[in-house]
Amino acid sequence: MTTLLKIIKYQLHDLLRGKWFIIYTAVFFLLTDGLFRFGGDPGQVSLSLMNVVLFIIPLVSIVFGTMFFYNSREFMELLLSQPISRVALFLGLYLGLTLPLSAVYLIGVGIPFMYHAGIMTGGYWILLLVGVSLTWVFTALAFFIAVLSEQRVKGIGMTIVLWLFFAILYDGIILFILFALEEYPLEKLTLILSLFNPIDLGRILMLLQFDIAALMGYTGALFSKFYGNMFGSAVAVLALWTWVATPVWLGYRAFSRKDF
Amino acid sequence: MIKIRGLQKCFGRLEVLKELDAEVQENKITAIVGHNGSGKTTLIKCLLGLDKYDSGDITIKDFKLNGDWSYRNQIGYMPQIARFPENLTASEVITMISDLRTGSATQAEELISYFRLSGEMEKPLKTLSGGTRQKVNAIVSLMFNPDILILDEPTAGLDPVSSSLLKDKIHAEKAAGKTVIITSHIMSEIQELADTILYLLDGKIFFDGPVNELIEQTGEKNLERAIAKMMS
Repeated sequence: MTTLLKIIKYQLHDLLRGKWFIIYTAVFFLLTDGLFRFGGDPGQVSLSLMNVVLFIIPLVSIVFGTMFFYNSREFMELLLSQPISRVALFLGLYLGLTLPLSAVYLIGVGIPFMYHAGIMTGGYWILLLVGVSLTWVFTALAFFIAVLSEQRVKGIGMTIVLWLFFAILYDGIILFILFALEEYPLEKLTLILSLFNPIDLGRILMLLQFDIAALMGYTGALFSKFYGNMFGSAVAVLALWTWVATPVWLGYRAFSRKDF
Repeated sequence: MIKIRGLQKCFGRLEVLKELDAEVQENKITAIVGHNGSGKTTLIKCLLGLDKYDSGDITIKDFKLNGDWSYRNQIGYMPQIARFPENLTASEVITMISDLRTGSATQAEELISYFRLSGEMEKPLKTLSGGTRQKVNAIVSLMFNPDILILDEPTAGLDPVSSSLLKDKIHAEKAAGKTVIITSHIMSEIQELADTILYLLDGKIFFDGPVNELIEQTGEKNLERAIAKMMS
């Protein structure tokens, strides 16, 4: 346990030297602050941010996650010849990246919200929850891919394809299925399919909160109708964190068998 | 001290170690020799748990390797190519490893002055020359005063002065009761350092025995000639 904390400490130390984190915070901060200044009320700002959160956070997390993993290769080789367990190293690297990425997001979005709208505004908490969850999901996917693929270019390419798939293609595929099979009752199938896309889950969580389900696509409308707000949110959060646990576990399994 | 039984390791279809049996004796310097790609580094990495072998057993000091990492407390490892997190300075790397490893780096200061590195400790590792990094590498492997030293081509990239400093150090470690495993392509160096030779050929041990014995058996004047004769 202490080894894990120490590894996280050294990762933070190393990461905070880069300018990445300052830029990432500044982008969120300026965007949120700007949206408030252009006259949005907290609800509208949350909605506008939602689209950024659903696209940018997965992209940054997955690309940065793979790059980070490949760049930590020396660190891993150095530490693995020391009496350190692979679990501690893998989780240390994972938390050493997800914790600062989450913190940066919480600061960048949270602070403008606080001074413009106060802490207790409606969709605000959900917005933060979804952003942090997606950071954890896509960093975990990034690590899983990076463990499996030795070649950097291939690994980063795969992560971008995966992001495109979840962010854009998946909804298209669902629509295509619905269109092709329109004669059958497909509500249940669609609901189940939406559990397999973390970005969809994030979207569902937010729109259940904002109660504008029908505006936000077919799966959202169904989710709200089927589960109602509270139960639907609970299911979505649970599914989202399964999306964190599964790739972390698979990634660790591959990592523990890897040759260095 | 270290017993290896039926060790097999494949990378994909390539079988690097083929049911290899070997033994390393306590308080001796054992040299692992073999041509490029014969599996020397793979064997070492299996000992360290960096590579996961497919079958066979390794026993280090009566502990059978099973994925538990604590046995590495007794080992100091100097890899062939020094790979460090590039942004850190040498002294940060040393602090970090001593922080992470349970034992204390009692020897660090002494080794830094021994290798005359005091002036380089605060520079980022990426700005250091290959030889200097190799010295940092040596310090990291020696600083915990481990019972077993595993040195993969330790003198590669070192200038003559540093190289002899390191060799003296290796002799001193043996005198202090340590068990040392080294690999090298420089036969004169092995003749100078090693007590025993493990000659790897196609993933198996081709010769295992004292260096003197090999030279006497073949009737040649030095180790390089002896090995050349043995191979022909």
